[in-house]
Amino acid sequence: MTFTDIQALLEDQFGQIFQVSTQNPQPYLVVPTDRLVDVCQFLRDDNRLFFDLLACVTAIDNGPATATMDVIYNLTSIPYEQNLSLYVTVPRNQAGEPLPSVPSVTSIWRTADWHEREAFDLVGIRFEGHPDLRRILLPTDWVGHPLRTDYQEIDEYHGIRNQ
Amino acid sequence: MNPSNKSGEASVFFITSEELLNWSRSSSLWPLTFGLACCAIEMMGAMASNYDLERFGIFPRPSPRQSDIMIVSGTVTYKMADRIRRLYEQMSEPRYVISMGSCANCGGPYWQHGYHVVKGVDKIIPVDVYVPGCPPRPEALIDGFLKLQEKIRAEHPLTGDKPTPAIPTPAEENKTA
Repeated sequence: MTFTDIQALLEDQFGQIFQVSTQNPQPYLVVPTDRLVDVCQFLRDDNRLFFDLLACVTAIDNGPATATMDVIYNLTSIPYEQNLSLYVTVPRNQAGEPLPSVPSVTSIWRTADWHEREAFDLVGIRFEGHPDLRRILLPTDWVGHPLRTDYQEIDEYHGIRNQ
Repeated sequence: MNPSNKSGEASVFFITSEELLNWSRSSSLWPLTFGLACCAIEMMGAMASNYDLERFGIFPRPSPRQSDIMIVSGTVTYKMADRIRRLYEQMSEPRYVISMGSCANCGGPYWQHGYHVVKGVDKIIPVDVYVPGCPPRPEALIDGFLKLQEKIRAEHPLTGDKPTPAIPTPAEENKTA
């Protein structure tokens, strides 16, 4: 099944709600944030697709000028041996505002738990409905999200100077 | 006469007590078993049969209470720094530290942009020997141990020549800066 076939299946089911990018070697679908969980549930449960593995969740900060952040889901169907990338684009929070919010897909793939914690820890995405959204790599008392473009390195941590 | 020149026959030899202490300390450097990054793979290689650190009496121990030496083999993150300091404090004296590889020496490739890396383990504990390399080969680590043995043999444990190295505190760090 090609990317176009998957796109057609999804549009039959959900209508013309997807933006499609085929510029890259790996094409992707941009999913509206509020439909993400429905689309993922369909992608996993439909017998023609059967995307049973969430291979990776990652997030990108596009910077304060663009003022958006992307969350990217890489899915794999083990029986059909095919892959699919989904994008979700959310507005970037200004200083003092709450973190951008994306619905959690932990109810669909258990592996999303730690992937989403990593995206929360390093990039600062709040996954709504996540059972245990804590930092996973950095210490619990760390301040900020280091993979953001405007992250300022700390001068000192627990009395250890950074330079 | 040196205790290393044993003939196997029953005999008596004379040695100063400091030399005896130094000989026993330098001949049974038991490191604390822990590794931090890719350097730990080279450290394991040095301990395994090809390089066989045990021929120098170097034999990893699972507890800081039984350890004489800490090999900081790899990248020290801020999250790990508190644990390393705790482990060092749990080791009984005399205790020694080998900083293995560029990351532990000075931050290595994370020197400029490593938001999470301590720029040298000597910011948190005193270091006796620095082993350069990224990662150092087992030969380099063995050389570090031989250098440390030289250092121990030059000590005067009973006449109190070796001051107990102070653990760097944040205040001292700021003074030197």
